[in-house]
Amino acid sequence: MNSQPISPQAPSPTGPAQLGVDAVRARLRKRNAAARRFRLLCQAAVACSLGFLFLLLATLCLRGYQGFFQTLIEVDIFFDPQVLDPDGSGDAEVLASANYGSLIRSSLQEILPDTEGRRARRALGELVSLGAAYELQNRVAADPALVGTTQALSLVASDEVDLLIKGELSREVEESERRLSDLQIAWVDALDAQGRVRTRLSRYFFTSGDSREPEMAGVWGAVVGSAYTMLITLLLSFPLGVATAVYLEEFAGKNRWTDLIEININNLAAVPSIVYGLLGLALFLNVFGLPRSAPLVGGLVLTLMTLPIIIIASRAALRAVPPSIREAAYGLGASPMQALVHHILPLALPGMLTGTIIGMARALGETAPLLMIGMVAFIVDVPQGPLDPATVLPVQVYLWADSPERAFEAKTSAAILVLLTFLILMNTLAVALRKKAERRW
Amino acid sequence: MSQSTEAAALSSLSVPFRPGGVADGSASLAMSEDIARATQPQIENSVLEARDFCLWYGEKQALKNISMEVPEKQITAFIGPSGCGKSTLLRSINRLNDLVPSVRVDGDILFEGESVFGAEVDTNLLRKRVGMVFQKSNPFPKSIYENVAYGCRIQGISHRTELDEIVERSLRSSALWDEVKDRLDDVATGLSGGQQQRLCIARAIAVEPEVILFDEPCSALDPIATAKIEELMKELRHQYTQVIVTHNMQQASRISDFTAFLYLGELIEYGPTKSVFINPIRQQTEDYITGRFG
Ligand SMILES: Nc1ncnc2c1ncn2[C@@H]1O[C@H](COP(=O)(O)OP(=O)(O)O)[C@@H](O)[C@H]1O
Ligand SMILES: [Mg+2]
Repeated sequence: MNSQPISPQAPSPTGPAQLGVDAVRARLRKRNAAARRFRLLCQAAVACSLGFLFLLLATLCLRGYQGFFQTLIEVDIFFDPQVLDPDGSGDAEVLASANYGSLIRSSLQEILPDTEGRRARRALGELVSLGAAYELQNRVAADPALVGTTQALSLVASDEVDLLIKGELSREVEESERRLSDLQIAWVDALDAQGRVRTRLSRYFFTSGDSREPEMAGVWGAVVGSAYTMLITLLLSFPLGVATAVYLEEFAGKNRWTDLIEININNLAAVPSIVYGLLGLALFLNVFGLPRSAPLVGGLVLTLMTLPIIIIASRAALRAVPPSIREAAYGLGASPMQALVHHILPLALPGMLTGTIIGMARALGETAPLLMIGMVAFIVDVPQGPLDPATVLPVQVYLWADSPERAFEAKTSAAILVLLTFLILMNTLAVALRKKAERRW
Repeated sequence: MSQSTEAAALSSLSVPFRPGGVADGSASLAMSEDIARATQPQIENSVLEARDFCLWYGEKQALKNISMEVPEKQITAFIGPSGCGKSTLLRSINRLNDLVPSVRVDGDILFEGESVFGAEVDTNLLRKRVGMVFQKSNPFPKSIYENVAYGCRIQGISHRTELDEIVERSLRSSALWDEVKDRLDDVATGLSGGQQQRLCIARAIAVEPEVILFDEPCSALDPIATAKIEELMKELRHQYTQVIVTHNMQQASRISDFTAFLYLGELIEYGPTKSVFINPIRQQTEDYITGRFG
């Protein structure tokens, strides 16, 4: 026992000089310097990751923004009755099977030089997309009165012309190495000089499904496919995950069975996602006979993958609810169910939502398990429901990245940007929901 | 007489008191009579009664053969050093210890003559009749109004005017009405510590319990807030049976009618507060209230 008062002047018996004010002050400088260094290190880490993120986004934007745009050629099309309906039958079938490409070629022939001969006519046809003829066909089908009239229309240019206009195609290359001949380039320049070439936001990119022609290929089919898949994943995995977590945390006692379940859930969270795809193939397609390539099956597979994440996060959220709140509720005579619904769940909800965001974000970016269940197929139509064949955004990215046409390069980056936007929208929604849940009390 | 001197001698050597653990049979018989005198006061209307109540947390015994009666519409205080089992005993009365998975009990606690551990007992009803106020104030993170109304809501009362009336009455009897009447919709966690604790009392009395258990309700409060709570308890004295756990002996002596002293899970002394504090029978009690240990 030491009853002496301790003062700076009278050094304490534990360490005479060590704890003097001067000695402490001297060491303080070192301690502060260390703290500053540590802080700097942390800041550097933040700067580093932000830098990488910026680099990624910048590259994607630079590469991808062209993918959102499409070159159009403005021409006056004469819907020649001689070509479309030589007998004047007005029959829809005759109109549907007519040669619309010929109309386009004829119009171009009129406004461009050096277009005599069959080969030149073929080369002319290559300036516009195959889709342009379909577009004319659709117009006539919608309004047969067009036959015999002349319309000023913007036709989608072919992918090569598109690249040329966007400056992605070098004119210096040998003619034989190029997809566009010197003559075709001269035509494009002539069209440009006449003010007939325009670059607009691509309607196809935002409204249609996949296509073999890059200028016709759109991301909308994949967006809708992703939306259906995510919706099904969310609708199944959130309630199932929360209910499982509630049961394990609140109702199940601690015994060998619950231990076993817990170990299994933790292991499932670490299983490679392709394994879930194989399971989905074996179970949902082969045993239950669900349709291939359907968002329903994709959602089921991704639910399997997301469930463990949501369960683990929800259990942690439930465990983090202060025991005093439970005691308060039980102390008033609330039943376990009332305590849970009125107090525990609302308090745990933000944590559960965080887990759900993480799980859903992972599911949105997932490709491998979906390849197993056929969502990698080439699908042109935009899905109308969760049972229609569909693909999802990451798989679309994968498909386009794999395509030989150069024009798909920009489309790939553009699709990645769409995927990131989708992700950001989804997360913003979830974070807003979580904020709302937090503010309730 | 020689036995009590022996007991005194033992305690002064600061050996924990072990009934019957030292002397031969006749001595231990006399000793148990002594214990009976120290722990069994005359109680007229008892509401709660513990009979040889023991409780274990897993292997660890937290309460040892507690036998006592709690009088109706009086304030009974449990005192004793930290970890002696006061809270455990209190939480056994409304069976809040059920929430701890490893708890095992022996003996019995009777509430109005019926075992609280009986198979047919509904804990929800028991806890409605035996309210509780906790050491750390724990209002729900909801509005002040909802906090007070909640107990009634879970009983199925949802009529607004009825609830309004209950909320006002409860807040008035917990002396909080004037302070919060203009901000009933504010979140309760924004109140000061003392106000929160009085809100918890209002919440407890809103469901019209018969007994209110207080587990160190003032241990986190400043002296003024403490005085308010004590005042409140005195005002509620003739409406409710109140049991308060406290490690503040002045508080026990100020407000309680009966005092029980627990030590290491045993009931050492129980009697009218005056006699326990002025004229304790057991040496350990005297040591504790004079501040020689604990
Ligand atoms: N949930 C629990 N699990 C295990 N032991 C506990 C638990 N709660 C209390 N105990 C033990 O029981 C004894 C009595 O605790 P408690 O009743 O809280 O004491 P007091 O309220 O008198 O300070 C202590 O030794 C404590 O460690
Ligand atoms: Mg305690």
